Amino acid sequence: MTAIGFSRGDLYYLLPELIVCTGALLLLLADVALSQQRQARAAWVAILSLGAAATLLAVMSASETTIARGTFAVDGFAIFFKLLFVMSAAVTVLLSHRYLTIEGGRPGEYYFLVLCATAGMMIMASGIDLIVLFIGLETMAVCFYILAGFLKPNRRSNEAAVKYFLLGAFSLALLLYGMSLLYGLTGSTALRAIATALASGSSGRLLAVAVMLLVAGLGFKIAAAPFHMWAPDVYEGAPTPITAFLSVGSKAAAFAMLLRIFFEGLPAFHLDGLGSVFGQPLGWASFFYVLSVLSMTIGNLAALTQTNVKRMLAYSSIAQAGYMLIGIVAGTPRGVSAALLYLVVYAFMQLGAFGVIVLMRREGVAGDELRDLAGLSSRQPAIGIAMLLFMLSLGGIPPTAGFMGKVWLFASAIEAGYFGLAVIAVLNSALSLYYYVRVVVYVWVRREEPGTPPIVLSRAMIVALAFAAAGTLALGVYPRILFELAQASAASLGRAEPMLGWLR
Amino acid sequence: MHDWVPILIMLGFATGFAAFNIGASKLIGPKHPTPEKLAPYECGMPPVGDARERHPVKFYLVAMIFLLFDIEVAFLYPWAMALRELRWVGFMQLIVFFAILLSGYVYVWRKGVLDWGRDRD
Repeated sequence: MTAIGFSRGDLYYLLPELIVCTGALLLLLADVALSQQRQARAAWVAILSLGAAATLLAVMSASETTIARGTFAVDGFAIFFKLLFVMSAAVTVLLSHRYLTIEGGRPGEYYFLVLCATAGMMIMASGIDLIVLFIGLETMAVCFYILAGFLKPNRRSNEAAVKYFLLGAFSLALLLYGMSLLYGLTGSTALRAIATALASGSSGRLLAVAVMLLVAGLGFKIAAAPFHMWAPDVYEGAPTPITAFLSVGSKAAAFAMLLRIFFEGLPAFHLDGLGSVFGQPLGWASFFYVLSVLSMTIGNLAALTQTNVKRMLAYSSIAQAGYMLIGIVAGTPRGVSAALLYLVVYAFMQLGAFGVIVLMRREGVAGDELRDLAGLSSRQPAIGIAMLLFMLSLGGIPPTAGFMGKVWLFASAIEAGYFGLAVIAVLNSALSLYYYVRVVVYVWVRREEPGTPPIVLSRAMIVALAFAAAGTLALGVYPRILFELAQASAASLGRAEPMLGWLR
Repeated sequence: MHDWVPILIMLGFATGFAAFNIGASKLIGPKHPTPEKLAPYECGMPPVGDARERHPVKFYLVAMIFLLFDIEVAFLYPWAMALRELRWVGFMQLIVFFAILLSGYVYVWRKGVLDWGRDRD
């Protein structure tokens, strides 16, 4: 049986991915099989397959094993991320439902791409082999290139797709070059074999180049400065639900891949081993330190002057990536679990904020300018409160989840001895309040412009926004469950072994 | 040397087959030459002209679909050679692979990509 790559056990552990892929194929066929009136049912297929995948993931949450000849890990870390991806995909589907009717896209194709992207992300979270990771990344990226340009008559959307594709392809090339150097140095694409091979010999300069290329490629995907140039244009031009999915799912998946590569493949080079600069030893933490400081500062400063909310949230998401990198720089178990925790918190608040922007899109109103939000609170008080919650959370004000996430991240930096980084992060956090509160001012203080069409809530939208708001609030008040989950998941990184027993 | 005899026979057959077909069509085929037929390539559009011409997008679609299904066939050969060792698992894997490609085929077909007769958006 070993000659064939797959066994029954492998199939069992791959079931969540297989379900998502099957759902995607069904959607593709539904697109051509269903009549125009029944197209809306496609959303149900997407939701049901994502729900089934989430259930299975919850069932196998205790497993810790590698499958497919040691290229694919099913451990707490992978399942943590996969649940996050499935959840964000489901919220995206809910947000897209009415948006697609207004924009006139075909739901079947759209949800097919969303599900394929989700499958790609799930592979990225599990891969412990460079090739598997790369295939996952490609699957996800190609879907997002198409989704960004899904609004065919919209020039902004076309621009977003072309920019994202060209820059994305370029960054993938950098990443692949880094991977090939790593393979050349160690003779293996398996992350653990790379770690073992590098531990025995000194590799020096070439390894530093490989790490730099990997950091650049992954930095692009998490939209960290100075590799963030694409983000504002793409986020603004892409359909709003896709922007939400892109900023949450794609970023989280790239973080999963980053953690896998650096913590499983290159754990020995965290603080030194890559040469030295100005007499200081150079490790990959040094690169991420620079990325983190630049992302926080550039993201927050650029967000201050934006009048388009999608663009502002794009810069804000660059800054948020900077905060998350703090956990990577610290590199301690506490740092990694803080980054994991913050990714979940970020997912809730970011999906919620974009959800409100999706809601503002009506017949004849683009809804993504700041002034479109004026008077939201008097029209829909509940949505006004939700937006207040999301903005406060993004800014890091208690009692929201964003506050707890930041406390943990900054504490992990201090614990690891990075006082300077923690100070910069706190200063940036204060700076960011200006533009988050400005949104709140528009929602709660400014009067609406007369003659704008009413804001209509749909059931799917209420479910999505309520879910995001509940998550943002609950994790701020009672974060303990997520703390423990994130800690356990971070601890499982790199521990999974090939399985023995009944499934073999 | 003995091993190479089948290849020699194969070469002979191939040359003979080509020569027979060309010769037969020369001898018994009807001839009505037109400028298009005498052009170096016959591919549906004038071969000489402005290079910056706009081509119908269908050319690219057909090229891409051809590439995909050509690769599908390329997978078939090694699979057929190793089928006995791969047993049922390998068989099912390829069936699944075909099912995925088939649903893609149904999609492009129903979308009208293979429909050259009338203009669709």
